[in-house]
Amino acid sequence: MREQPSNTGETGGTDRVRLSCVVNGEKVSALVEPHLTLLSFLRQELKLLGVKEGCGEGECGACTVIMNGNAVNSCLTLALEAEGARILTVEGLSNGGGLSALQEEFVKHDALQCGFCTPGMLMSARALLDRNPDPGTEEIKEAVAGNLCRCTGYYPILEAITAAAKREREGEQR
Amino acid sequence: MTPREFNHVGEEALRFEARDKVTGRAAYVHDLELPGMLHAKVLHSPWAHARITAIDASVARDLPGVKAVLTGEELPYLLGLYMVDKPILARGKVRYQGEPVVAVAAVDEATAERALALVRVDYERLPAVLSVDAALAAQTLVHEDIGRLEYIKGAFFPVPGSNIASWHKTIRGDVEGAFAAADYIMASELSLPQVAHAPLETHVAVAKADPCSNRVEIWTSAQSPFAVRNLLAKAFGLSHNEITVRVPFVGGGFGGKAGIHLEPLAVALSRASGGLAVKIRATREEECNQLPCREGLRGRIKTGVSRDGRITAMQVCYDWDGGAYADYSVNIGRAAGYSGAGPYEIANIELHSRTLYTNKVYGTAYRGFGHLETHWVIERHMDMIAQKLNLDPYELRLKNLLREGSLTISGERIAADSGRPDHCLQAVAKEIGWQGYRSQAEREAALKSGKARGKGLAALHKAPAMPSTTATAAVMQLNEDGTVRLMLGAVDMGQGVYTVMAQIAAEVLDLPLHKVKVVAETDTDKNPYDWQTVASKYSFMGGNAVMRCAQDVLRQLKETAARVLRCPVEELAHGGERIYHVHHPDKALSYKQLAVGYGFENGNGIGGPIIGHGRYIAEGLTNLDANGQGLPALDWTYGAHGAEIEVDVETGEIEVIKIASAFDVGKALNPALARSQVIGGVVQGLGSALCEQFIYTPEGRLLNPSFADNKIPTAKDIPGQIVPILIENPQLDGPFGARGVGEHPMISVPSVIANAVYDALGINFFELPLTPERIALAVAKQENQAG
Repeated sequence: MREQPSNTGETGGTDRVRLSCVVNGEKVSALVEPHLTLLSFLRQELKLLGVKEGCGEGECGACTVIMNGNAVNSCLTLALEAEGARILTVEGLSNGGGLSALQEEFVKHDALQCGFCTPGMLMSARALLDRNPDPGTEEIKEAVAGNLCRCTGYYPILEAITAAAKREREGEQR
Repeated sequence: MTPREFNHVGEEALRFEARDKVTGRAAYVHDLELPGMLHAKVLHSPWAHARITAIDASVARDLPGVKAVLTGEELPYLLGLYMVDKPILARGKVRYQGEPVVAVAAVDEATAERALALVRVDYERLPAVLSVDAALAAQTLVHEDIGRLEYIKGAFFPVPGSNIASWHKTIRGDVEGAFAAADYIMASELSLPQVAHAPLETHVAVAKADPCSNRVEIWTSAQSPFAVRNLLAKAFGLSHNEITVRVPFVGGGFGGKAGIHLEPLAVALSRASGGLAVKIRATREEECNQLPCREGLRGRIKTGVSRDGRITAMQVCYDWDGGAYADYSVNIGRAAGYSGAGPYEIANIELHSRTLYTNKVYGTAYRGFGHLETHWVIERHMDMIAQKLNLDPYELRLKNLLREGSLTISGERIAADSGRPDHCLQAVAKEIGWQGYRSQAEREAALKSGKARGKGLAALHKAPAMPSTTATAAVMQLNEDGTVRLMLGAVDMGQGVYTVMAQIAAEVLDLPLHKVKVVAETDTDKNPYDWQTVASKYSFMGGNAVMRCAQDVLRQLKETAARVLRCPVEELAHGGERIYHVHHPDKALSYKQLAVGYGFENGNGIGGPIIGHGRYIAEGLTNLDANGQGLPALDWTYGAHGAEIEVDVETGEIEVIKIASAFDVGKALNPALARSQVIGGVVQGLGSALCEQFIYTPEGRLLNPSFADNKIPTAKDIPGQIVPILIENPQLDGPFGARGVGEHPMISVPSVIANAVYDALGINFFELPLTPERIALAVAKQENQAG
């Protein structure tokens, strides 16, 4: 359990509020400014630097995390909205020491180049596969349409997600 | 089964760093935090062109938490790679909306922003130069001091008293005579707007200045650690030894992170803050309207053509909408001077390429370095020639393509191993089932059905655009266990250079690939020199350097082994991580036994740690003379696209059904990574073709500096099918025959789409992007004229 005061954002005298949630399976409790975004909370307070900021305006999806089963732009979500929530970030995707099937398929299909959109892309894909283990190509496109990638041209990403879904359906542990 | 030619070259090795990137462990400069680090914010010019009459930052300086406030008056420096014309903060006047005017470093970003809100800047507005015509009219000058600016003499030609940052000319043959003798003369004018690079990681730099000396450390998301060091040293009067530049993983570059950007401001702020580390990170808006973009272009072309479709004469004028600074972009204008006629043999040509200053966001390198732009003009014009002469555009291209023995427009003779543009064009035509334009009757029937299909072709070429003496180096050290550490000057921003270089090293040394480690952060204090990671040149140049480096390691291994095995070096061979005698293979020493020196049984040691190095400098290139003649090209990579599209006649939307893209890569060092470059580049090219553009108000304010208003392709916008085709006609001086292909897939994508749109609708488009609005309006206009 972590407990720490927030030193982020404006120091304009606003009262900090207690936030308790579960991040990557670990209970977290902190005092945060009411206007702090979930993105800033994860990056600056919890040092989960795999969560990327590409625009800060909810347009690129690089900051996508899973909150209570839904993929959300953490830059558009207030940290306090996560009160009592379960949050999953890219850091929570691996199984112990090994890569999950989804991560492995991203590697195998060369579904990343610069890698900056990758964490968010993985989280959108994870949220999709959690609610639909057998998505069609159009559903996959829809699920990652909010995650911009300037490098790959998306095809390898779609292939990787399709391949991961198949492995998971065949009983492989996520 | 035929035996494999190579063990590692040509293997589809997975990229080394992928594991770090799927776990969130890959560290970018965005993620860097240093103890006591400050955060900087910048105040931007609200006007496209204005005189700064007063700046009052006194209140901002007094705000608690503010550690430094800088204005242009305190920074009397100019920077630039080719044209030294760019201040760190505006001095005297602002030249584009978005130009940085005041910078603040504070304990956090919010404090820095509050401080900026307390700064008062008074401007006196000036008329703004917002088009190439206005730039050429020169009623208003963007840079009054053009005649006093420093630049690379002989390569660039600024015109004092004008807005022409450089006027490059290519003149060859008897243009007037050839036009007089031509059967047909065709003229067109085409243009395209400025476009954003849009890397997902915006520009970011951290600097830490030593308060007791001149030393500075910089961490930056850059393609050019050594160029950053060099330009900073020149501007600030520092020794190269006083500057350390480190580049960890880079979240996308595409040319926009070549040259020098936020680094000098970060250094200045750190110095002004008494040596605290300062981070400056561009917002998405700043990425669009403070940092550079791809230039706009207007191309006017006229060709003389013989009845059978030979292009006998060409006159081209490329006017580049270069924006406020020509730092890097004058070299784009120069590259157009030797490649701006496309991959064709044109005996008589007069080409003008003018890089113009305007009061807009400034232009820089963007994947393909002017070639997407010039090929928009050339490859559309080729189709229009075919239409006029009633020829098949495929046949027209084949007839005019460069081939062995052809002379380029700069007078370079194409060699037998230069690659084959015809192979590329043939491959894509076959892949899309090209059978010539459809008939007008077919078009009219399709228009009535509401869905019109069309096919198109386009060819391309590009050579690295770089100084003739561009160089690189590699260093390799053996560890005690015989594994290898390879150090490069290149930056891996996703193109996979580390993986490919490791494959080359493993090939030459005959090592398992996992025994080669590429040191994955470029540090100017530790890594060997490389000019910049740009221009699709690293596979060729770095590949050669790594080959030579590995050969140097083998030579050293054999030298020590020869003394131990008591035989001449000439009788030693290598394989299986051993040096062995060719006739007595059991007389052998492992790499491990030799790695840091050999120890005899009695304790004597010989040899010492094995450290190899390899160098490569562009070989045989020359400057261009006053008529643009010379040898500027290290290697030409040829390519072609074929596309099939469907236009929704009512909405004007274009659906790309299929694109086939072929490149003569000489040798695919890693076919999987090469295909990745093709697929990614084609989709990026589709952005330029279909949706991306900067839009300004009449006063010169950028209206769409965001992903919301400047759409780039999403997963839902990709074509039905992309077919990458890698053609391998080896180049004898390339590493294992290879040529570069990083940028090329993007070139000519807009052209091939517009050519297919012509096939579908019978309408030629002259401007980009091909938005639904533009298509639908043109269809409506055609219907009105017909009706």
